[in-house]
Parts: sequence; C-alpha cells; structure tokens
Amino acid sequence: MEDILKVEHLHKEFDGFSVLNDINITVKKGEVVVVIGPSGCGKSTFLRCLNGLEEIQDGRVSLHDEVINPNKKNLRKTHEKIGMVFQSYDLFPHKTILQNVVLAPVKVQKRNKDEVEKEARKLLERVGLVSKADNYPRQLSGGQKQRVAIVRAMIMNPEILLFDEVTAALDPEMVKEVLDVVLSLAKEGRTMIIVTHEMAFARAVADRIVFIDGGDIVEESSPEEFFENPKSERAKRFLDSFKYIK
Amino acid sequence: MDFSTITSYLPLYKEAFLLTIKIGWIGILLAFVLGVVSAFILYFKVPVLSAIVKVYIELFRNTPLLVQLFFIYFGLPKLGIMISAQTCGIVGLGLLGGSYMAESIRSGLLSVSKSQLESATALGFSKSQMFFLIVFPQMFTMSITAIVANVIFLLKETSVFSAISLMDLMFTAKDLIGLYYRTTECLFLLVIFYIIMLLPVSIIGTIVEKKTRFGMYGD
Amino acid sequence: MNSIFETFGFDVLLKGSNMIRLFEGLLVALKISIISVVISIVLGIILGVLMSLKNSVINAISRVYLEIVRIMPQMVLLFIVYFGATKAMNINLTAETASVIVFSFWGTAEMSDLVRGSLISIPLIQYESSEALGLSKYQTYLYVIIPQTIRRLLPLSINLITRMIKTTSLVMMIGIVEVLKVGQQIIEANRKTSPNAAFGIFATIFILYFIACWPISQLSKYLEKKWEN
Repeated sequence: MEDILKVEHLHKEFDGFSVLNDINITVKKGEVVVVIGPSGCGKSTFLRCLNGLEEIQDGRVSLHDEVINPNKKNLRKTHEKIGMVFQSYDLFPHKTILQNVVLAPVKVQKRNKDEVEKEARKLLERVGLVSKADNYPRQLSGGQKQRVAIVRAMIMNPEILLFDEVTAALDPEMVKEVLDVVLSLAKEGRTMIIVTHEMAFARAVADRIVFIDGGDIVEESSPEEFFENPKSERAKRFLDSFKYIK
Repeated sequence: MDFSTITSYLPLYKEAFLLTIKIGWIGILLAFVLGVVSAFILYFKVPVLSAIVKVYIELFRNTPLLVQLFFIYFGLPKLGIMISAQTCGIVGLGLLGGSYMAESIRSGLLSVSKSQLESATALGFSKSQMFFLIVFPQMFTMSITAIVANVIFLLKETSVFSAISLMDLMFTAKDLIGLYYRTTECLFLLVIFYIIMLLPVSIIGTIVEKKTRFGMYGD
Repeated sequence: MNSIFETFGFDVLLKGSNMIRLFEGLLVALKISIISVVISIVLGIILGVLMSLKNSVINAISRVYLEIVRIMPQMVLLFIVYFGATKAMNINLTAETASVIVFSFWGTAEMSDLVRGSLISIPLIQYESSEALGLSKYQTYLYVIIPQTIRRLLPLSINLITRMIKTTSLVMMIGIVEVLKVGQQIIEANRKTSPNAAFGIFATIFILYFIACWPISQLSKYLEKKWEN
C-alpha cells in the first residue's frame, strides 16, 4: 500500500517547553493508527500538528509528497484532504444538523448543493440521525452531536481522518454509539489516526498502536503485541493503570 | 384635557416626530457602523488604531450626550468646524452610540469560542468565509440583547436634541407650553409620540431576541 | 504660547473665579446624582426582592413600571413632573426636587431589575446544598446567598452611579444652574474679551464629566472581572 502521511523529525514546543521531541511515523492508505498515552503526553498536540492547527518548530509533515507543516500557503487545500473530529464536537450552533453537514462542501469545495444534501442525508441515515436533519445542535445529545461531527468531516471525502478523543466528553452510555460509527469507517478501509482513552476500542479498531509518553514514541506495535506483551516499562505501567482488580 | 387643542397641535408634533426619528435612526445607523468597525479593530488588536478606539470608547461612554453636543455644536465652530444642528445631532448620537455598540459587539465576538474557529479551520474555510458564515451570525446572536438595549437608549437620548435648537418633540412641547400654557395637552402628546417611537422597538426587540436565542439555546 | 491658549478659548478659565464656578456647577449636578442614587439603591433593593418573590400582582405592576422607564426618556419624565405636576396638582416643586423624584423613579427601576437578576441567577443547588449541610434558612441567606448576590450586584450598582451622573446633565433643561449653565453664563459674560471661550469651556466640561465618571466605571469593571468566577 502507498504511504499517505509522513511525519519526519517532528518537534513541537510551547513557550520553550518541549512537548513533542522527535516524532517519526508513516501512515499507509487504509491503515488505522491509534495513538494512546497518559494525559498530557502530547498525543492531542501531535494530532493538531498534522493538519497545521499547531505550528511546529522542526521537522515536517507531508501528505503524499506535499509538505503541509510547516507551510502556510496551501493550508486550505490541506484541510479539505484531512478531516478532523474534535472532543467538543463543535457543531455550529446557529445552523441545523443538515446545514452543519453541507456548509463546508458547498462553500469550500463549491459542490452542487442538491447533490451534497442528498449525500448528507445518506450519511446521516447511516449514523441513524436522518430524522434529526432539521433540528438544531442543542436539541441533540452529546453522542448524537458527535456522530454529526463525524459525518460533517466525512462528507468532505478526506484522504485521512483525525479523531481527537472523540468520546472523552461523552456520558458513558453514549460512548458506544460513537465508537461503532468509527469502527464501521475503519472496516470500509478509511485511513484514520485516532487518539483515544478507550482501550478495548483501541484494540478492536487499530492496525497499529502508537504509544506516546513524555513527547516521545515509546512503543509502536500491533494491538495484540502491545496489549498482551508490552515491551517497555512505561507501557506496562500505563496499561496497569486501567486495571482495578489485580 | 381639551381635544380641539390636541388636534390643532397634532401637525406640529407630527413634523417634530418625523424629524426626531429621522435623526435618531440615521444616528443609530452611524453608531452601528462605528461600533462594528471599532469592535473589529479591538478584536484583531490592530496596532495604533486599537489604542485610538479605546480612548474614544472611554471618552464617549463616560460623558453625557448633552455635553458632547454642546462641545460639537458650540465649541468646534471656534476652530472653524461648522456643522448644522441636524448633522450635529446625527454625529453626536453616532459617536455616543458607537462607543456603546462597540462594547456590545466586541463581547459578542469574544463569546465565539476558539474551538469553533478551529473546527471551521479544519473544514477548510477561508478566513473571510469563517468570519461571515461562522463568527458573524454567532456574534450577532450573542450581542442582539445589548444592541436592542442600545437602540432604545439612543432613541431616548434624542430627547436632548432640543438643547441645540433642533425642532424635535421636546423642543416643540417646550415651545408650545411656553407660548400657550396648555401644559397637560402638550405633555400628553409628547408622551404619546414617544410611545409610538419606542414601544414598537421595545416589543419587536424582545421578539427578535427570543427568536435568535431560541435558535441557538432553546430558552 | 499665550495666543494658542486664547485661540482655543482656555484663557477664560483663568479669569476671576471662573474655574471654581464651573466646579461648583458640577457639584450641583453631582449632589442631585448622589441623593438620587442613594434613594434608588434603597428602593431598588426593596422592589427587587419583592419582584423575586414571584407574586403575580407585584409582577404585573412592576412590569408596567419597568416598561414605562424602559421607553420614556428621562427628559420627558422630567417635564411631566416639573411642569405637569405643578399644573395638575397645584404643587410647586422646585426644579431640584423634581429632578430627584424623576431620577429616583428611573434609578429605582434600574436597580430593582439588577437586584432581581442577581437574585434569580443564584442556582437552586446553592440553596439545596446549604440545606444539606444543615444551615438554617437565616444562615443560608447570610453566609451563602447574600454574599454571592452582592458580588454580582455591586459592580452593576456602581455602574449605575456613572449613568446617574451623566443623566443629571439634563437638569439644565429645567433651569437648574449646573455646570453647563454656568459654562454658558461664562461664555456670555466674556463674549468680547474671549470670543473663543465656547471651545475652551465646553472642552473643559467634557473633561470634568470624564474625570467624574471614568474612575467609577473603571472600578465597576475591575470588580466585575475580579468576581467573575
């Protein structure tokens, strides 16, 4: 499979404080990479560097062979190719669900409005929310909003999707409905990078696990290997913190 | 109360009323434009200009309109800046209102969260699309209550125009009372015309406010 | 140097006791503001508390009252009380009394709305958790509700003072000799010797009002920020 995204020697600082040290990673087409690590390890920042939401101090990120960070010029084109879903969903409160979904394809990609709406309804149908098309975000539950946010990112036909702790703000009973959508996307072969705290989900969805701690990639392996047989002490300790009964 | 007196005064009041709303609304329009421009200068922290805007806002929010009008109408001509009473009314109301509108609009702008901007960026919107499609509508919803309050406040402030000899409602009432001592009738008409001028704005304002808020928050 | 001073009409301020007269004029307006503010705060708190009780009769009356104040210019109210009351009820009010009545009428409405707003903005859970901690009703109000209300209320009430000061500039329109009127008198008296006095005098009055109001509104802003959370 061809390489889609390439990260080389990525270095990121906040006010002189190093958050990511020397990150190297390549993502192939159709691959699902799950990034895990303790809070504050830099995994969300890593994701935000990939589509230029954060400036980087050294190294580069490229999509196919095109450098996207650091690069100020073609960021808009980049954003069309890289979809992102945030922890806080951030639907536009003044637009209905359908309007939220069609706004970017119509205004950014200049696609035909009727066709986009048709596609939007199909996608909403798929996540079980077509009946909410004319509702406003405030009328939806957190889990529903997050599913809409995923549709909003998908309809742009991005080459790669980034998920930044998309279930972290949700009530426990809503986590599954969102993760099911992400899982179904993985099954149809979408390329994705997922930051999550849900270990069972990570194991089910990932082709590869990347474990980040203290701004470094500490371990990179298949899910089976990582969860059954972590190599590093830090990964072992991290996984232990999820066990309540010894 | 004598109704024949009222009917005979009516045309004079009508004329004064039209003048008052004309100057009032042109002034409010000017205030809105000035407020939007000032708010953006502050929001984007434009160098030099934002310092000027800050001084302007503080100066005009902390002085009465009457004093501002006296300064513009009687003071400035001494420097060779001569303007008519009507223009003075419009400019005065515009400057005063602009300082209030600026604050209202700026706080609306600040209420649009950073994560909204980020998710718009991630969807590939350009700066101007982001502004017109995402920021502006939300800003407007957040500011609408304050903007309506400002409009009502400014329409009420038109009542001091008589001090610079504009033949507005107050001027007419005062003039007629002085001439014929028909105090009750004159004051009655004055109140009626101010109700006509302000009650619809107050009611429509409340409805608009409810509708826009409902769209976003449902309360 | 001297000529620039004269061009802008500031020379007149140094003549005789003109500057002191302006100050005294400002004090006339400030005195009316302070009396009106004190009355407004006292009556406003009482009315605001009554309004928060959700009694339908009180609510109906106070709504009409607030709407009148919301849409009637203070200038119109001033005319009604000063000219109208004199005529209709045959009472002879001094202009000062009429001003205090009108500005208190206006200020009370504003204040009561602020008090009501602050009271209902305290979430129910604050009452409930106080009760759960075993505080008596009296203790709940004393230690939990009132301190929070004051924090919301104080910055807004201080702001009301500056609005009151600005509003009292209107009293010249019913013949009270305050700072603007004094200014006009000075300009009139020095028409020949200082032809540009109008600029200097009105600029000075502008600054005087600013000096009176700005520190107060800064204090209000500061307190609001400090107590935001």
